[in-house]
Amino acid sequence: MRKLLIGRWTKAGIFLACLLPLASLLWRGLDNGLTANPIEFVTHATGDWTLRFILFTLCVTPFRRLLDLPELIRFRRMFGLFAFFYGCLHFSTYIWLDKFFDLKEVWKDIAKRPYITVGFLAFVLLIPLAITSTAAWIRRLGGRSWQLLHRAIYISAVAGVIHYYWLVKSAVLRPLAYGATVVALLLWRLAAKFRSQPDAERGNPAKPQPQNSQA
Amino acid sequence: MHEKSRLTNADVTPRAAYQNRRKFLRNAGLAAAASLAGREFWELASPSSHAIAGTKLNGVSKSPFSTTEKQNSYDDVTHYNNYYEFGIDKTEPAKNAQSLKTYPWTVSIEGEVKRPRQITIDEILKLAPLEERIYRHRCVEAWSIVVPWIGYSFSVLAKLVEPTEQAKYVAFESFYDRRQMPQATHAGIDFPYVEGLRLDEAMNPLTLLCVGMYGETLPNQDGAPVRMVIPWKYGFKSAKSLVRIRFQNEQPPTTWNRLASDEYGFYANVNPTVDHPRWSQAKERRLGEFFKRETLLFNGYSDQVASLYTGMDLKKYY
Repeated sequence: MRKLLIGRWTKAGIFLACLLPLASLLWRGLDNGLTANPIEFVTHATGDWTLRFILFTLCVTPFRRLLDLPELIRFRRMFGLFAFFYGCLHFSTYIWLDKFFDLKEVWKDIAKRPYITVGFLAFVLLIPLAITSTAAWIRRLGGRSWQLLHRAIYISAVAGVIHYYWLVKSAVLRPLAYGATVVALLLWRLAAKFRSQPDAERGNPAKPQPQNSQA
Repeated sequence: MHEKSRLTNADVTPRAAYQNRRKFLRNAGLAAAASLAGREFWELASPSSHAIAGTKLNGVSKSPFSTTEKQNSYDDVTHYNNYYEFGIDKTEPAKNAQSLKTYPWTVSIEGEVKRPRQITIDEILKLAPLEERIYRHRCVEAWSIVVPWIGYSFSVLAKLVEPTEQAKYVAFESFYDRRQMPQATHAGIDFPYVEGLRLDEAMNPLTLLCVGMYGETLPNQDGAPVRMVIPWKYGFKSAKSLVRIRFQNEQPPTTWNRLASDEYGFYANVNPTVDHPRWSQAKERRLGEFFKRETLLFNGYSDQVASLYTGMDLKKYY
């Protein structure tokens, strides 16, 4: 398992797998499979995948510990950047195909519609995380402040779920399922913090730095 | 058909349960056997259970109420549906509604009427000459379509049963059977679906008792075999697969209104100046079009219906 995880091709394979949702959209686009309302379909699909990749990113640390597979860290940044990637697609669909770059209208929406406000917050918070995801930025910021900054993804996850929840008309089951997952992942972190304080590894966030920064 | 399932699920069992257990068990056994036998007989009698959907309708005349706007494709209108009994995704009803048995079908007309009655779908189809009404249809979710519906004014049916002086509202109830609609459990709204109109709204000639579209009987996912179409109101007002029409003195509690009264008013007239609390209603996306278009007051049917609301504050009675 470990060997597989650190294998050269595994990362490339996972990278390609992360592109499958986009490939599926393109395929559907060519195959007339985007329903009668393609813009809505694309908006929802890219939104779904943004949230899913945020969850994948948040899964990495718990799974590393629970499965005792520290090598999983190799994929965390990639998942995070894919969350940002699908978030960009989602946001561009909205700006372009829903608002047609009427920025005044967009701003009014953000200010007036709570579900847009939280969705926008979730997206904006991902921007600094994407920018500072490189090894150089980790060095520049120092492990501790870098990690502190990247905790913003917790807010992004919660805001993303609220965005979804406020959008649906009555079928709250799906947003609630995302919500339960986020809560579980955050509670795990809280429990882990209390359980093993002061954990050397977590007490010194600079330590996993070489792993974070590789690849 | 639905009468039987109602009896089996909701009516017979609880009532039998009051009685002594032995009798209950015997009854339950009998009911199950009867239901099974009934099903068998039904399968034999009608080899294709949804033969009624997609049957060509003859002698359909044109209507002056029709718009000349470009119609949406049959494919769009049959594969992009809000029919929560068959799933919450727009593409689900096209798949899941095929199991709905739409024949035989009876609609119960009751309440404040001089001649309450049960009317079969065959009778409904022959009650008045069928007209094609090409209407704009605007969903509360800010998308719209243009559909060539077939039917006749609801007032024809109303006059048949003669509403009494007491009748001020009409409630429309949709078919509901958990066995045929297993996806309904996850919809988050209560069933059976109920919608309603003020009597004068129901009697407006635009209000359509609809039995078909695109020259044929209604496909299941679009509300077969008979539904309402109220073109100046948001789509959720137009209840599908009707089994009960009740004339009454009080405003009926309606499904979406009960779920969130601040978001879905009883009137639900299309109005670009009254936003849904969570999104704007100023514009809409006509399916098949790239750019959004401006939403029109009463969905463009002001000439026919604005007088129904003279002096009414449309922001208050949204």
